[in-house]
Amino acid sequence: MANLTAKTPFDALLPIEAGDVRLSEVTPDRITWIAPQKGQMAKVSRALDKQLGADFPSPNTHANGLVWFGPDQALVLGTALKPIAGAAMVDQTSAWACCALEGAGATDVLARLVPIDLRDTAFGAGAAARTLLGHMNCVLLRTGPTRYEVMVFRSMAATLVHEVERAMTMVAARAEMAG
Amino acid sequence: MPITCPFCGPRDQREFTIKGSAIALERPDSEEWSEAWNDYLHLRENPAGRTRELWQHTGGCSAWLVVERDTTTHEIYSVTLASEAAA
Repeated sequence: MANLTAKTPFDALLPIEAGDVRLSEVTPDRITWIAPQKGQMAKVSRALDKQLGADFPSPNTHANGLVWFGPDQALVLGTALKPIAGAAMVDQTSAWACCALEGAGATDVLARLVPIDLRDTAFGAGAAARTLLGHMNCVLLRTGPTRYEVMVFRSMAATLVHEVERAMTMVAARAEMAG
Repeated sequence: MPITCPFCGPRDQREFTIKGSAIALERPDSEEWSEAWNDYLHLRENPAGRTRELWQHTGGCSAWLVVERDTTTHEIYSVTLASEAAA
C-alpha cells in the first residue's frame, strides 16, 4: 500500500508575523457538522451537554468547541462525538482550514477584511459568525480580547493567507508610521 | 442597504444574494395547467416602489429571507424567514 504523507491545510504557509500580529495554524482533532432533525433540538441539545458540557449554541455564539453554523446547525471542534440519536452528523475534519489571528492589532487586521462590527460590544469573547473574509465565506470566532479563530474551506487556505498577510503588513506599516 | 437577518442582525448587503420576487412562495396547488400557473411562471410586477422579494444570506448563515423593500428609496420595511412567511 502507498505510504502517504499527511499535510495540514496550511502546510508550509503558516505561521507568519507582522508587527504585533501573528497568524498560525490550528488543527482541531475532529470537526463534526451536526444538525438536529425536526423536533429533536431539545433532545440533541441535552446529549451535547452531556458529551461537551454545553448546550446547542444559540445564533452567533460558540462555547466549549460548539459553534453555531446557521439555522439548526452547529460545528463541533476538537472532540470526536459519540453518535447522537435524532441528529444528522457529518465528519468534516479535512474540509476546513483553521487558523488563529492574535495580537493587539488583530481586530484592525480583520476590520480590513470582514464586513461585520468587531467591537467588543458587538463581537465579544464567545461570539461567532458566518461571514465573508474578502470574497470568501468564513467562520469567525472571538476566542479572547485580542484573539480570533478563522475557518475557511480547505481549498481556500492559500487565498486566506494572501489576504490576511496583506492586511497584516498594512496595519503593521501604519503602526510604524504612527510611531 | 444593510439587511437585518433574523438570526445574525444587521449585515452588509454584500453578504446577501437576491433570488427575485417572493411569488415563489405562492406556487399554485393544482398540478394541472391553468392561468394561475401561467402567472406564477411568467408574470412579474416591476414596480418602482415597494417589492416583496426572496433573498438568501449566502455570505452568512444561509437562511432564506423574505425582504420587503422600496426599490426607489432602498428603505427596508421588513425581513422575515422564508420558512415562516410560507407557513
